[in-house]
Amino acid sequence: MALLQIAEPGQSSVPHQRRFAVGIDLGTTNSLVATVRSGVTETLADDDGNHLLPSVVRYQPDQTPVVGTLAKSHAVTDPFNTIVSVKRLMGRGVADLKSLGEQLPYKFADTDSTVPRITTAGGDVSAIEVSAEILKSLKDRSERTLGDELVGAVITVPAYFDDAQRQATKDAARLANLNVLRLLNEPTAAAVAYGLDSGQEGVVAVYDLGGGTFDISILRLTQGVFEVLATGGDSALGGDDFDHAIAEWIMPQVGLDESTIDPSIARLLLREACKAKEALSENDQVELDIELSENQRWFGLLTRDQFNQLVDPLIKKTLMACRRAMRDAGIEKNEIIDVVMVGGSTRALRVREQVGDFFQQEVLVSIDPDRVVAIGAAIQANALAGNDPDGGMLLLDVIPLSLGIETMGGLTEKIIHRNTPIPVSRAQDFTTYKDGQTAMAIQVVQGERELVSDCRSLAKFELRGFPPQVAGAARIRVSFQVDADGLLSVTAKEETSGVEAHVEVKPSYGLNDSEIETMLRESMDYASDDMKARSLREQQVEADRVIEALDAAMAEDGEDMLEADERDTILSASELLIQMRQTSETAQEIKLAIEDIERASAGYVAKRMNASVQKSMAGHKVEEFTVEEEKP
Amino acid sequence: MALTITQPAAERVKAFLDNRGKGVGVRLGVKTSGCSGMAYVIEFVDEVNEGEDVLFEDNDVTIVVDKKSLVYLDGTIIDYAKEGLNEGFKFTNPNESDRCGCGESFII
Repeated sequence: MALLQIAEPGQSSVPHQRRFAVGIDLGTTNSLVATVRSGVTETLADDDGNHLLPSVVRYQPDQTPVVGTLAKSHAVTDPFNTIVSVKRLMGRGVADLKSLGEQLPYKFADTDSTVPRITTAGGDVSAIEVSAEILKSLKDRSERTLGDELVGAVITVPAYFDDAQRQATKDAARLANLNVLRLLNEPTAAAVAYGLDSGQEGVVAVYDLGGGTFDISILRLTQGVFEVLATGGDSALGGDDFDHAIAEWIMPQVGLDESTIDPSIARLLLREACKAKEALSENDQVELDIELSENQRWFGLLTRDQFNQLVDPLIKKTLMACRRAMRDAGIEKNEIIDVVMVGGSTRALRVREQVGDFFQQEVLVSIDPDRVVAIGAAIQANALAGNDPDGGMLLLDVIPLSLGIETMGGLTEKIIHRNTPIPVSRAQDFTTYKDGQTAMAIQVVQGERELVSDCRSLAKFELRGFPPQVAGAARIRVSFQVDADGLLSVTAKEETSGVEAHVEVKPSYGLNDSEIETMLRESMDYASDDMKARSLREQQVEADRVIEALDAAMAEDGEDMLEADERDTILSASELLIQMRQTSETAQEIKLAIEDIERASAGYVAKRMNASVQKSMAGHKVEEFTVEEEKP
Repeated sequence: MALTITQPAAERVKAFLDNRGKGVGVRLGVKTSGCSGMAYVIEFVDEVNEGEDVLFEDNDVTIVVDKKSLVYLDGTIIDYAKEGLNEGFKFTNPNESDRCGCGESFII
């Protein structure tokens, strides 16, 4: 029978309705997958009990690619077909390769494509395809462990990843047939793992020292959402440098010189150095016993003090990056409420000590620093899959569909565009359409289509009681604000009188992913229809405005100012326009009719203008109209 | 009427409860749903419902079963099993006469 997991009280799922979701830390060197089972968040192991999957893929002719430890063992012997550190290439174009070029041993295929393709014995592959292999392997491991299909995964990316790199990561997931619930910033995931997202609001520093890279991120937590204030680091500084420092300390003692050392001896020294480093996290000193050759052994003693001296300059470099990041974020040390330690190298006690001293507080180290990112991602995935009774409120990270208001003619005016990260606040100014207008109806809509009738109406409200003015004189500022909970509030304010109205809506309410997808797809499919509909409506609105203005003017002074034949020409042009407005299906015809009426009434407009200028200048002297110098 | 929990299963329950930081035991039950009649329920217990629940002690674990479920579960053995990478709790119920192919639900 199926193997069951213990559920929270009242949270037992119906058979076949369990929603398994995982968190994936897709790393440069190693990747991990984690999930929540029986209330425990844990990383998942492969058949051999290994949790870490080396992010290495090896391609061979006519074979499925090999991922992980087995591939890694060929990294040195078969460098062209064994792809390591592919994360560095994610979302990079051919042009970006030059800046990375020297670090990469691969042969790149000559293609017209903007995405670089690596030539391997198994064919040309892109970084996305290589990452997809890694994700596939983790997906397979998860499904075998959980005994069911996954509903999705949260995949972590570095905070500094740009849109192209994030999109590439999503594409890789799609290739691996993995549904991405969300991409999560790595430092955010680490903070989530420590439960900081449900804790006190404030600034959090995430110190991530891996094998070969160092990242510092300064995050601010407000209403359960982490905002990245600043990131910094060093892409060529990590625990490997600690090993080098120890190896360089050993070399002169055994009579070796870095420039002449045999590579195999160098590797041996590095291996021993790494072991010594790890041992010093437990012990105050470690005895070194290195067999340099058959008849040469070296015995030494490395104390913690000595080790500290060796690595202090390296740690100091990371702290300088921390200081820079804080300066970029405009944050003082005393504002930081928590410091999260990530990456295997933060196991070194000296690192914890120095980072703690620097931030003047105890650093968070209770979760395995290699796994903390995957664990945070898994917690988030579990909540997003709907398994967490406390995580009922799901945070939207971006706006799924554009938000806007209806304007004259039933057209949509987008105020916040889709994919805008939240929280966000945007405002746009609108004006009145008719003379003497004192109220305005505001309809809030959601969707990508041009006509309001094709979008979804979220709310309607009215702004009433602003002073009557000529059309176009009132300034009505409509502000959209979406807070971190995805709650939209819309405020309309007439700026000259200060009259204000306000409404609150939940924008994503009742729309599921497939509806959002349908709305998006329709906006693509009907793009050209929409464009035609929009320009037709725009011309219809313009025609209405022209006719209305003309009627008002004729009623006022048409009799006095116009000769009978002039008036007839204008009236017949106006009639033609009214007819066009009612019957024409093309914007162009209405536009021509509007142009006709404008031509016909040009003389009348000029006369009215003169009359109006004379009226306003009557009783004033010329001096009054010279430009006065600005006074303070 | 009785239920049995094996030593390995009891160890897992205790570990999960420790990790969770609260809870008095584990609730076993059945509910009508699934593709073939009934489904097993296994949940943490924070509160025992006086009058409705029956408590059993086995291998240092408190098992809570509501009276309605107990008639379907009498004699059941709860074990912890590993199948490949997958692991979890397994019910061996003498009252079961048939189950759906996947074993997530059963009939008496």
